[in-house]
Amino acid sequence: MIQLDVNGKQQQLDVTPDTPLLWALRDTLHLTGTKYGCGEALCGACTVLVDGAPMRSCSVPVSAVAGRKITTIETVDKHRVGKAVQEAWRTLDVVQCGYCQSGQIMSAVALLSRNRKPSDSDIDNAMSGNLCRCATYVRIRAAIHEAAKALV
Amino acid sequence: MNTIENLSRRRFLQGSAGLTLGFCLPALAAPAAGPGKAGEGAVGPIHFEPNAFLRIGTDNSVTVISKHLEMGQGTYTGLATILAEELDADWNTVRVEGAPADAGRYNNLFWGPAQGTGGSTAMANSWEQMRRAGAAGRAMLVSAAAIKWRVPATEIAVRDGVVSHAKSKRRATFGELAVAAATLPVPTDLKLKNPKDFRLIGKQAKRKDSADKTSGQARFTQDVQLPGMLVAVVAHPPRFGATVKSFDAGRARAVKGVVDVVQIPQGVAVLATDTWSAKKGRDALSVSWDESQAFKLGSDEILARYRELAKTPGLVAHQSGDAGQAFGKAAKVIRASYDFPYLAHAAMEPMNCVIRLGDGRCEVWNGEQMQTGDQHALAGLFGLKPEQVSIHMLYAGGSFGRRASSQSDYVLEAAHIVKAIGGKAPVKLVWMREDDMRAGYYRPLFHHALEAAVDGNGQLSGWRHRLVGQSIMAGSPFASGMIKDGIDLVSVEGAANLPYAIPNMKVDLHTPQDIPVPVLWWRSVGSSHTAYSTETFLDQVAAAMGRDPVALRLELLARHPRHAGVLKLAAEKAGWGTPLKPGLPGERRGRGVAVHESFNTFVAEVAEVTVARDGSVKVDRMVCAVDCGIAINPDNVRAQVEGAVGFALSAALHGEITLKEGHVVQGNFDGYPPLRIHEMPVVDVHIVPSTAAPTGIGEPGVPPAAPAVANAIAAATGKHLTRLPFNSAELAA
Repeated sequence: MIQLDVNGKQQQLDVTPDTPLLWALRDTLHLTGTKYGCGEALCGACTVLVDGAPMRSCSVPVSAVAGRKITTIETVDKHRVGKAVQEAWRTLDVVQCGYCQSGQIMSAVALLSRNRKPSDSDIDNAMSGNLCRCATYVRIRAAIHEAAKALV
Repeated sequence: MNTIENLSRRRFLQGSAGLTLGFCLPALAAPAAGPGKAGEGAVGPIHFEPNAFLRIGTDNSVTVISKHLEMGQGTYTGLATILAEELDADWNTVRVEGAPADAGRYNNLFWGPAQGTGGSTAMANSWEQMRRAGAAGRAMLVSAAAIKWRVPATEIAVRDGVVSHAKSKRRATFGELAVAAATLPVPTDLKLKNPKDFRLIGKQAKRKDSADKTSGQARFTQDVQLPGMLVAVVAHPPRFGATVKSFDAGRARAVKGVVDVVQIPQGVAVLATDTWSAKKGRDALSVSWDESQAFKLGSDEILARYRELAKTPGLVAHQSGDAGQAFGKAAKVIRASYDFPYLAHAAMEPMNCVIRLGDGRCEVWNGEQMQTGDQHALAGLFGLKPEQVSIHMLYAGGSFGRRASSQSDYVLEAAHIVKAIGGKAPVKLVWMREDDMRAGYYRPLFHHALEAAVDGNGQLSGWRHRLVGQSIMAGSPFASGMIKDGIDLVSVEGAANLPYAIPNMKVDLHTPQDIPVPVLWWRSVGSSHTAYSTETFLDQVAAAMGRDPVALRLELLARHPRHAGVLKLAAEKAGWGTPLKPGLPGERRGRGVAVHESFNTFVAEVAEVTVARDGSVKVDRMVCAVDCGIAINPDNVRAQVEGAVGFALSAALHGEITLKEGHVVQGNFDGYPPLRIHEMPVVDVHIVPSTAAPTGIGEPGVPPAAPAVANAIAAATGKHLTRLPFNSAELAA
């Protein structure tokens, strides 16, 4: 059994220690907002926050995050930055297919949590690990600036 | 609670959770044209089909039933906008629901009796249908109010979900009138709005899927969990055409969570209680493959064959004037040849499908793009009738054509697994990224050869275009309509109908039959390569003639006002002809243009690029002009063009699926990298005001992007790139 702190809840999981956090979240805890895209930390669709930092959950075994605070898209609106990011995404209608957007939002939350006024190049650096095949990047960039404004 | 459905026979059904109102509406059906083609110019027989696109609850909820898949292109919002406009609904109360598989009610009117989404047809084929569905609902609510209030219907107004009568100061919500409206006859004589009175169409109607897609609540196939469901991950053959010779499942079965291992025609499937266990089991399999019939050529060999073929005449796809004579008399001849690689769709959600079998039925959960084809394929496998196959159309995490599988490939793979375990459990087939990228169904590899003749007066007098590449339509359900005299119309779309006034033209095509690599429509289909070759070659010709690329195009487009309209608008907004701000020392900057029609939508794009000393290309800005008829949701039109630019740049800068001895080299996003945010240009989108019926916008932004960028690169460096993806080594200073 592995104990995880997910979205503020202590969870006991009967999974093998090598199980990537992604599959524990999705298949065991049924938190399916976090997505599988590549399995190799190349696309960012599986991004969650671990102790506030963005992490590709497809490439982190559950054993490595036991006891650390994990936040997923499902509770992102419980935090001020997360709420601002989510609202900016909705105001600008960023999403298209939407599959990558949980990961995009989690990376944006991590960025804005440590940098309240990111420049375009800060955004490039923080977000270039998150692929969007619909290429909603124009609006992702605009929404991060919009959320930053709301957080002032 | 009571449910009242006003269907064709106005049945009254009791016992479900809301008072609902459905309609039977006449639908104007156009003949089948297949994906990639609207039913342009064709007038088909008018026949009446029962449709059901609207449900109004006593709680004032307005549910629009979408017959088309939402895969990112904004269909749910667009269809709801059309219906809500004529209904005069309150946009905030409108929700959208995916339609079940039922071609009788939900066929694509451009595809005859088939239900499905593709070819940028969703808005175009549904325009009248959804307007009439909304107008019928409005008329019935008005009649119900008129009867209740004993006032003339003509004095009743409807706005934002409220029906009112000014003189008597009465008002009622849709919900309050739903029960009474449901008992009334369905009107056949419908009055549609004058477009000048539109309050939603052409305005700002927000996306209906934003909330769920920003909270993790949107449900994709990948997210489906059913009681007792098993997850299947499959060992696929290493080459196209290889089959299982034998396998040892010992190590796979030893993996905790693995429940079963079965052989299917597509490979060996490992079933487990969860995805990770299934993947570990799959990776632990030892499979021996029979590759005696497998395809073992590489992309280089295929291309070499195509280049040889291009030396001989193909089947003529278009001929006007006398190209031979024009070239015989030419003062100058310009030639170029082009190579286009295989491309994977690489949707962010790898292909997957959930199937449950039981009680003489087959139930499917899928980002469903081809309901009718998949129903028939599954019915055939299971010995059922197509109507015994029910399909839950879920959101698709991208598709770009991939989920409209002409062979129902991944759907049948899931079905074979369910069949192999005797239907004892529901199965979710999950493809890992590598399974998805190596499965084929690519945009076909193509080779083009072009020649242009300039006569003694400096006029463009001749054009010859030869294409070599596999047919997408061959073997698909659309083959009979889309292959004419041996010519697959989507192989030559954008080339055979080149709009330019060139007096002598010939376009011919070779369709190799001996390359078994599965190919499929990929966002913008034939135009994904023909726009590139024709538009960059025209720039080469313009350069040889000493003509400005915009001026030459406008001269040649005198009889094509919609092409010319977008071209002028894009050029004007981009400041065509004004100097570009210079780059840093060593950087070369350039501006380029391209214009292309696809799916009856016209798009021109002007690219601004910076080429670094090492040859790397940065696309700085794209200025786009679009004529898609009435823009139902202008913000979504902009979003689709923004995304189309990024999608096209992914292919132009990086995209290539390569075969080596029959093996697909690339497996994940390291080898096949889509565009990332730091590579995304600024995109300005301008929409031509129009009163024409709406045409598609999912695909048409793609074709002009890569040629506009290539033309900008040529303007910056003097080098015309003829091989995709771009090779920065060719551009090093």
